[in-house]
Amino acid sequence: MDILVSLADGMLQALQPFNLGLAFLGVVVGLFVGAMPGLGSVNGVAILLPFTFVIQDISGSATSPMIFLAAIYYGAMYGGAISSITLGIPGASTAVATTFDGRPLALAGKADKALVTAAIASFIGGTVANLLFTGFAPALASIALDFGNPEVFALMLLAFATFVGLGGDDIPKTIFSICFGLVLATVGFDIISGEPRLIFFEITGFSHGIRFLVLAIGVYGIGEMLWTINAAKDNTAMTETKMSPKTILREIRAFPAAWKGTAIGSTLGFFVGILPAAGATPGSLMAYGVAKMVSRRPERFGKGEVDGVAAPESANNAASTGAMLPMMTLGIPGSPTTAVLLAGMVIWGLQPGPLLFTEQPDFVWPLIGSFYISNVIALVVNLAFIPVFLWMLRMPFTILAPLIFVLSIVGTYAAYQNMFDVWLMVLFGLGAYLLRVLDYPLAPAVLAVVLGPIAEPKLRQSLLLSDGDFSIFFTRPIAGPITVIAIILILLPLAKLLWSKARR
Amino acid sequence: MRRAEIVTAVLLGLLSIYLMWKSGEGPSWDPDSVRFANIGMIEGEGPGSGFWPFWLSLIMLISCLWTGFNWWRGKTPPSQSDQPYLSQHAKRMLLRVGGSLIVFLALIHVIGVYGAMVVFFVYYLRFLGHHSIPRTVAIAVAVPVFSFFFFDVAMRIVLPKGYLEPLFIPLYDIFL
Repeated sequence: MDILVSLADGMLQALQPFNLGLAFLGVVVGLFVGAMPGLGSVNGVAILLPFTFVIQDISGSATSPMIFLAAIYYGAMYGGAISSITLGIPGASTAVATTFDGRPLALAGKADKALVTAAIASFIGGTVANLLFTGFAPALASIALDFGNPEVFALMLLAFATFVGLGGDDIPKTIFSICFGLVLATVGFDIISGEPRLIFFEITGFSHGIRFLVLAIGVYGIGEMLWTINAAKDNTAMTETKMSPKTILREIRAFPAAWKGTAIGSTLGFFVGILPAAGATPGSLMAYGVAKMVSRRPERFGKGEVDGVAAPESANNAASTGAMLPMMTLGIPGSPTTAVLLAGMVIWGLQPGPLLFTEQPDFVWPLIGSFYISNVIALVVNLAFIPVFLWMLRMPFTILAPLIFVLSIVGTYAAYQNMFDVWLMVLFGLGAYLLRVLDYPLAPAVLAVVLGPIAEPKLRQSLLLSDGDFSIFFTRPIAGPITVIAIILILLPLAKLLWSKARR
Repeated sequence: MRRAEIVTAVLLGLLSIYLMWKSGEGPSWDPDSVRFANIGMIEGEGPGSGFWPFWLSLIMLISCLWTGFNWWRGKTPPSQSDQPYLSQHAKRMLLRVGGSLIVFLALIHVIGVYGAMVVFFVYYLRFLGHHSIPRTVAIAVAVPVFSFFFFDVAMRIVLPKGYLEPLFIPLYDIFL
């Protein structure tokens, strides 16, 4: 009952005109970045994070900027489907699975059916996940209140281990990326001893540390843009799509045919989204696979089956809410986008973690309320403005790219007001591009830069407590199982390798 | 691609060794500090300041050796690839786009953010994008003007102006 009262109260806060306007703006920006091939929610939130300082200045609280960024996250999940269906190119990696059946539907002259199905499935996925989030989050946060330093460090270890065990990327490169991010986070003054560390070539710019935004905007604003510019995107043709209120209503009435895919995507997506390193992309691919497996007509998947659009679209929205759960309750982000959101919370002066629910209810509940409201706004804006987004998709990349470069550079300068960070950001971006060509995953490094400053003090304080004895991570009732699971996950790829060799 | 894989692994391995070396440095204000004294447990203080970065850098080094081993076995896609690390197209793109970003930043020190923005947009839109002159001029003027009113006027974040600062003084008088 308390939860419902808090939620209703939060919704009223989120419905304040300023917050409502931000949610609307965020959804529109999100739909745009999600729809543009090469841009995703993480690019949107990373590039626009410096601009949220203004929002905080105006509103005087951290809730409004967070509502804005969370709405971008939501909108992007809806937007990805637009280009997947009409161009055949996923607007973001989270919408890859949507192309499998969305594109064939569009080529068969049923783009309207695919777009409406995607929008409604996204809405249902998001709403189901919001309900699950509202139910689970306070309970998980209250359990997490009992966590001490060893437990929190064990959870961090688990987050990184999931990347290694389930990430699917090259393992040594993933480990390198995680450790590199963690080392970058140590540059500057050690908060425990006060000693300067890793001040490279005695350049004073390093003494304030390598800021998260510098790496995030470098990787997602510069590196990914270079990657997208280089990727061939000229051989695409947009499917002519005519949308009218009549066709939208017709397709809304036909939507129940996609109930099974929506149900699978909504629940599976949420739980996959909770896992660190999993998130919306594997969530949507998995939902597509399961929907095909349980379908009575699996042979129609890949040829234009509505369940094949509904399952991944509901899953990517559900997963984006799922990824918020560990971020809000444990202070551990489940995806690069939530890592940026977490960093934003720190910048706005909040301490992410279980105490948020007890100490900052004025932040938490309006935010949760805004999830529901943003979801409704996203559905309405998506259906009403599809023709506008289709028009915007025709914007040449040679206009969008320089705008994003300028936004990245000016945004970084505005955040810290020194050119050293801007140079560092561009150098990170160029380095990120060169490493990406060789399959070095960069998302773990971005996550590690956020988690590093939290993980290191927890480890050191735990070891101080145990007088340097590492068994503290194995002998405590909550930390022990989490550490063991983390170690198993780290060793999993090695075990798989040995197993496959033994079978041969 | 194959050669780039091992060259990168070696370079990143060297970077890891440098980071290990650097992590062991004591504070400059203590001339008696011994290198690597801070990477283990310190009596009554727990792990030293170099503990976390040193051991992480060691793991980085091990992962580079692992990448080298995978390269030797030819197990990763880049180590099996005969393709060049960067295609001609990619090299050209990196030079034209990446190079223009470096020039953009260098120009900020000389003619400020707004001047550099105009030059960057003209170069990118007209020469890389082959857009028409009216469209190029419209964007190259509109974005800096909007940015000035957004940052300098509305947000009171003064962006660098370089040697063009005197040109902005009348604008400051009017709007600030």
